[in-house]
Amino acid sequence: MAKKQELDGAQALIKTLDELGVEYIFGYSGGAALPIFDALETVKTNIKFILTRHEQGATHMADGYARATGKPAVVLVTSGPGAGNTITGIMTAQMDSIPMIIITGQQVTWMLGKDAFQEADIFGITIPVVKHNYLVRNTNDLPRITREAYHIATTGRPGPVLIDVPKNVSQSPFTGDLDAEIDLPGYHPEEAFDIDEDSIEQAARLIAMSKRPVILAGHGAMIAGAEKELMHLATTIGCPVTNTLLGKGVFPETHDLSLGMLGMHGTAYANKAMCECDLIINIGSRFDDRIIGQADKFGANAKIIHIDIDPAEMNKMIRPDVQIVGDAKAALKLINKQISPLDTGEWLAKIDGYKKKFPLNYKKQGGLRMQQVLDELFEVTDGKAIVTTDVGQHQMWAAQFYRNDESWKWISSGGAGTMGFGFPAAIGAQFACPDDIVVAVVGDGGFQMTLCELATAVLAKLPVIILVLNNHYLGMVRQWQELFFDNRESGVDLDGNPDFAKLAEAYGATGLTVKRPADVRKRLEEAMELRKNGPVLINAECIKTENVFPMIPAGAALEDMLIEPPKYKMEKPVGST
Amino acid sequence: MSQTITTTDRKPKPRPDVIGGHTLSMHVNNQPGVLMRICQVFARRAYNIDSLVVSQGRDPRFSRLTLGISGDPAGLDQIIKQCHKLIDVIHCTEHTPGDAVVRDMVLIKIQVTNAERRTEVLQILEHFGGKTVDLAETSMIARIEGDSEKVDAAIRLLSNYDIIETVRTGKVVMARGELGT
Repeated sequence: MAKKQELDGAQALIKTLDELGVEYIFGYSGGAALPIFDALETVKTNIKFILTRHEQGATHMADGYARATGKPAVVLVTSGPGAGNTITGIMTAQMDSIPMIIITGQQVTWMLGKDAFQEADIFGITIPVVKHNYLVRNTNDLPRITREAYHIATTGRPGPVLIDVPKNVSQSPFTGDLDAEIDLPGYHPEEAFDIDEDSIEQAARLIAMSKRPVILAGHGAMIAGAEKELMHLATTIGCPVTNTLLGKGVFPETHDLSLGMLGMHGTAYANKAMCECDLIINIGSRFDDRIIGQADKFGANAKIIHIDIDPAEMNKMIRPDVQIVGDAKAALKLINKQISPLDTGEWLAKIDGYKKKFPLNYKKQGGLRMQQVLDELFEVTDGKAIVTTDVGQHQMWAAQFYRNDESWKWISSGGAGTMGFGFPAAIGAQFACPDDIVVAVVGDGGFQMTLCELATAVLAKLPVIILVLNNHYLGMVRQWQELFFDNRESGVDLDGNPDFAKLAEAYGATGLTVKRPADVRKRLEEAMELRKNGPVLINAECIKTENVFPMIPAGAALEDMLIEPPKYKMEKPVGST
Repeated sequence: MSQTITTTDRKPKPRPDVIGGHTLSMHVNNQPGVLMRICQVFARRAYNIDSLVVSQGRDPRFSRLTLGISGDPAGLDQIIKQCHKLIDVIHCTEHTPGDAVVRDMVLIKIQVTNAERRTEVLQILEHFGGKTVDLAETSMIARIEGDSEKVDAAIRLLSNYDIIETVRTGKVVMARGELGT
């Protein structure tokens, strides 16, 4: 009797991914992953495979795709070094709660632990940087494990899940059930929607008593899709809203009630509001050290409500007065039933005073500044672009000057602070949103870590704009050396940078250069036009020694914020890195 | 006949830096790698695992873990939550002697070269309800079982004799009454 369907494990795997609705696989082939790559050719599927130029690029592309859509993409690489090269990208996703599925090829099971060619214990290596991971031992387990991985990655607090697939497992005949159900007795994301009513009532009481409330909106509010509920809460009680780096866009930053980003390089008025408020309503932020500074002084005179889907975030950095464990949208819906307008006129007037007194600004004379480029980018793109960044000065200025009014349009490595993230993330975002303007705002340092992906972008004719804010320095580190290490520069001079515009041309992209402040707008508009032909790189030659302010030295209290360059010698920060 | 005693067991030194002595009980998936995940939660936060007992549960899909840990007590709540967050952990609870029965067992090998010493050792064992499980010409192995303090006390008294080595199971706990462990 002939079998109805003859599949191998790899084909069962691809079929399952297809059924789950996976749209893109970013990856790099290799020996141990051969059967899986072959299955991409033999299985009828809508999944598109994108060959990157480095495995790290593949992870950041999947990350950018997820941050633009909320949906996971898949990373497919081979064993050993292929798998090893994904670690930075997996860690980046884990730190920022980004759903991702990473499939790694592996040596055959009987060679595991015998130092076989390209064998690496990627299961063991990645345990600390994944939400969960698997080493598959039986071919017939592949559909169930793939479904579990997808479920774990996308529910609760999202995160990356890795599946290590030995070659004999992917190559052997599949005789199991393609529809095998998930079996996760220790995982209950549905509990996030069963919110403790008492905590809601306590929160409502604190809100009713507050005269100077502040809402702190984080990534969790965005993941939960709580934009409407957040707006309702803020406008009903008349409460200013500050957002974290990853929360950019969940509350429109151009709204009158918005304070923009808070924290180490947040706006002065956001940080002042945090210092002077009597109630902090944290919606889906994990109280990162970059926003709280010195933990024991944070919100010392305020009551704190903490809404988070992850119970482990409660009391981790800050002890809140009210803990609400659960989905931010579900929690806000309940809170919103119990609120009424507050008399916050005086408080809002005070904050308006701060906004007028300490606006974000920059000098327009004396050379090209990154702030100006970003300010004009905001205007040229009408604030509608998807902006990705690397890490450093340009990232903070982009966060300050590119105000986001919508969720899912700001893509930046927050927790991990991964250089080299911005450009591949922009590629992933552009694949996800082909009709959007996608701009990778990168520094000359970070861009050189993953610029090989120019080939990937050119090949796909992606209309992505790469804005290299080039100061020939690792600017943020240099800033710290200037402020805290007597201006002794060590390991920060990027002498030897290539001509980035020519480099782009060499890859077949368009390369532009801008040096004079007066030419910025023209170049940006040119790029907007030229991107129709494929990637456009703008090399913006910026002045070398500009510093980012406001600044709260690491581990210092929010009230110790520097609004402008200090006139005295600074102590070395000890509280955090 | 001369015999060199080789043992890594020393008389315990007081450790004022260690706070705690907490007992956690976990119900986990019985799969490769689960223990590694749990150990990493502790190691990353500079907690030491003082004792660890793992065994398959009645339902072989699951295992039961009992951990004795020491470290900063302020971080314990966080540790429990981080363990609970692991997909492979079904549940994780802290137990105190008040709400749970604690049992620990030690096998202790003692050099006894004359009848007088042997009698003394046997008397101590009798006091602690211990049993002799192996008796040779110049040595014996005893088994003492009870809560951890009782086992500690027995080892302390027997340290006046030549202990060759000790092997302890580590504590296991079970919640009292109707409570689940």
